[in-house]
Amino acid sequence: MTAATKRREEETKRQVERAIGRSGIDWTSVWFSGALVVLLLTTLSILLVLIADILMKAWPTFQERGITFVTDGLSLNPATAGVFTAIVGSVMIATIVAVISFPIGIAAAVWLEEYAPNNRFTQFVDTTVRNLAGVPSIVYGLLGLAIFVPLVRALGLGGSSDGKNVLAAGITMAVLVLPIVVITAAEAVRAVPYSIREAGFGVGATQWEVIRSHVVPSALPGILTGTVLTLARAIGETAPLLVIGVATGYFAPAGDATLADQITGPYTALPVVVFSWSRQTQAEFANTLAPAAIIVLLAVLFILNGAAIWLRNRTEKKW
Amino acid sequence: MTPTLTIEALAGDPKRRRKERRVRTLFASAGMVSIAVSILIMVALIGEAWAFISQVELASLFTFGWFPRRGFYDIPTLIVATTLIAGIGMIVAVPLGLGTASYLAEYASPRARRWLKPTIELLAGVPSVVLGFWALTFISPEFVQRLFSAAPPFTMMAAGLGVGVLITPLVATVSEDAMRAVPIDLRLASYGLGANRSVTVRKVVVPAALSGIVASLILALSRAIGETMIVFMAAGAVGGALRTANPLEPGQTMTAAIAALATGSDQVAGEGLAFQSLFFVGLLLFLITLVLNSVSNRFVRKYRERY
Amino acid sequence: MANNIQTAHRATAVPMKLNEAGSIAVSGPKRVTGGTPDDSNRVILELDAVDVFYGDFHAVDSVTIPIREKEITALIGPSGCGKSSVLRSINRMNDLIDTARVEGSIRYHGVDLYGPTVDPVEVRRRIGMVFQKPNPFPKSIYENVSFGPKIAKYGGNMDDLVEESLRRAALWDEVKDKLEQSAYALSGGQQQRLCIARAIATSPDVVLMDEPASSLDPIATLRIEELMFDLKQQYTIVIVTHNMQQAARVSDRTAFFSVDVSGGQRTGHLVEFSKTTELFTNPRESQTEDYITGRFG
Repeated sequence: MTAATKRREEETKRQVERAIGRSGIDWTSVWFSGALVVLLLTTLSILLVLIADILMKAWPTFQERGITFVTDGLSLNPATAGVFTAIVGSVMIATIVAVISFPIGIAAAVWLEEYAPNNRFTQFVDTTVRNLAGVPSIVYGLLGLAIFVPLVRALGLGGSSDGKNVLAAGITMAVLVLPIVVITAAEAVRAVPYSIREAGFGVGATQWEVIRSHVVPSALPGILTGTVLTLARAIGETAPLLVIGVATGYFAPAGDATLADQITGPYTALPVVVFSWSRQTQAEFANTLAPAAIIVLLAVLFILNGAAIWLRNRTEKKW
Repeated sequence: MTPTLTIEALAGDPKRRRKERRVRTLFASAGMVSIAVSILIMVALIGEAWAFISQVELASLFTFGWFPRRGFYDIPTLIVATTLIAGIGMIVAVPLGLGTASYLAEYASPRARRWLKPTIELLAGVPSVVLGFWALTFISPEFVQRLFSAAPPFTMMAAGLGVGVLITPLVATVSEDAMRAVPIDLRLASYGLGANRSVTVRKVVVPAALSGIVASLILALSRAIGETMIVFMAAGAVGGALRTANPLEPGQTMTAAIAALATGSDQVAGEGLAFQSLFFVGLLLFLITLVLNSVSNRFVRKYRERY
Repeated sequence: MANNIQTAHRATAVPMKLNEAGSIAVSGPKRVTGGTPDDSNRVILELDAVDVFYGDFHAVDSVTIPIREKEITALIGPSGCGKSSVLRSINRMNDLIDTARVEGSIRYHGVDLYGPTVDPVEVRRRIGMVFQKPNPFPKSIYENVSFGPKIAKYGGNMDDLVEESLRRAALWDEVKDKLEQSAYALSGGQQQRLCIARAIATSPDVVLMDEPASSLDPIATLRIEELMFDLKQQYTIVIVTHNMQQAARVSDRTAFFSVDVSGGQRTGHLVEFSKTTELFTNPRESQTEDYITGRFG
């Protein structure tokens, strides 16, 4: 090897080193990445500030009242007002929602994914479900006001509230969340691999047997996740309840109210209490009680959401 | 095994087949419920809305403000306020949502993503009544009134910012799904050509996921227009509102108008056509969001088909 | 590894058997190659001018094959030739695809499987199927085998039936102590044998296999092939395979399919159907010869 070739090789090596070495800073890239981080942090800090602010406002209530804030019912006196009545109302509504919307929604999802032929009508049903999911919740309130409140009244279940009770609220909320139940359940059913269905059919199972024994059990975690989130949605909704006549003021449930009275009588719910307290003239209601009610509401929702995430992570299985 | 098989042996169990048919019918009828609900909504809205439109003096639909109990049904008041608040919400949500989505989809390590995503979903799970309260008690005094000292406590600005917080996680999660649906091959091709991550995101991933991103934005707009509690609590104007496009004044959106009428007294049925006007506004709202959602769904289908 | 086994196999033409330790040993007693099937075996399935369509797409054109009892019939050919479509029309698996349509007739013990009163569910119980990729249910090993008999209202002792089926599928010794464990814990080859056990638990007389070994390693493949040889004492087997050596090793008769590309459609058709030994040593059609000697496909 001559000295000249050796020099040329050295030169090439230096050039390559320069070419593939880190060359300066790409400012566009830095700017862009930096902006993304700032945006993400902003979003996260909004959540943080929101929770911190409300916790701080709610703190005095919990400090003074402790658990009695949760166990006391409605009252005109801010010193004794609690969220128990609202929790009862929310639980009753959620129960009705679960009873009505889960079976119908899951069955509709199974029909869409397993039975429905691939034609225009099925597509129409599918589109309808998606559109219903996007209808503003207050429109469902109008639906409840025009149809379900009179329906409850006509069935003789109006009670002392003249139809503005948890039955009407539960039906309205069930219809509101139904499309969400269908969509999440359909997604879970769709995720079950086709080979499992084939295996079932291959040993001579009917479609229903395949669905009952294999498709639904495999899709169950996904379906459950969806239904839990749906319940959270139903518990957090306020607007439709306002339209169908939830009590936004004080009402006195009779001391010896039976369950039937509670079901047919006036009611309130957790988010509604937040709303109505926030516009009370007595400052304590808006300043400390409403935030405390929010904390109770958020606690319920976070538990439900946490349960859903736990369900999803626990069961993300590989086929 | 019998040497000859008869046709009866392959006919199966008639009881089993009957059961199969019954189950199928049952499930199909559950599938039809969604159509029934749609029809119910149309019936409920159109009946009263028609009563309103056929009885109302058309001139009262275009006056100076929305005061239904006094017979002034200025629809533009509601449209302007709705547009304004949704617009402010979008100004907040588009950068925050898309930035968060891009970071989650392209930059975050799997470990960071595992807790970032649920956190964003947590924000998505905050009920609107909570954000309404917060818009009124925090955003308005600590933000809007500090920036604009002349602003009253109830402003469309505060409501719009609250709506922005509400729809940010929606933009973030739907866009992130669209970005993650972009095949890894496209990214590898970009890196293979010597592009860095920032260029890949801006020039490859975002354009490829564009239809999904657009879908998320339209969906968010639809949610912003349909949102009730935040505007009802923070934008003020409970009884009615004058037509104004100033974000630092109170205003009334379509949704808030419905909620205000419904809670204004113990009886929803107010004076004159107030009760019917509720359904007319509801129908308008239904149609607007229906169009937006249909467009959004079309975009979603587009990107689902592509990959 | 894969190549070694196949090359060795072809070169010596002596079947191999797995010994207890799992290593491969060359042994003589079992002739895996079909050789000379008995023409006196009854025809159990008659495919007569079978056409398969998917919507407007004409997938298979006029296939006629008689399938004889207790033999292994292989369907081979290049991909897209419709061999799987034909297989799936035998147990009416194609019914599950909305647009699929079968013309011609498939007679099973003389009964037209597409007759108006025939219940496809009943057909699938009698004509079992094993799929390309092992697809056990996400349940226990026991439940995988017992599901078919359970829905068919099997009256006997289920434990015995499960054991018997697993024994026949040469899996019993490996799983007898973990019947309650998830089927997903098994290896790919074990899963496929479990699927075979599941298929024979409903006591079918025909078992269809759609490339049953294509996702398995060579050792697991060999075990499946041996198993097929055992199973044919009792069952009629139809196997789709793209592996010609496999067809040559296990089958008694072979149907060779090819595909016509004309008018923008790819329609499969039957080229030749004969005894496996004849088809591989002395094909009647030049197309067959081209394919088996590797000049095509």
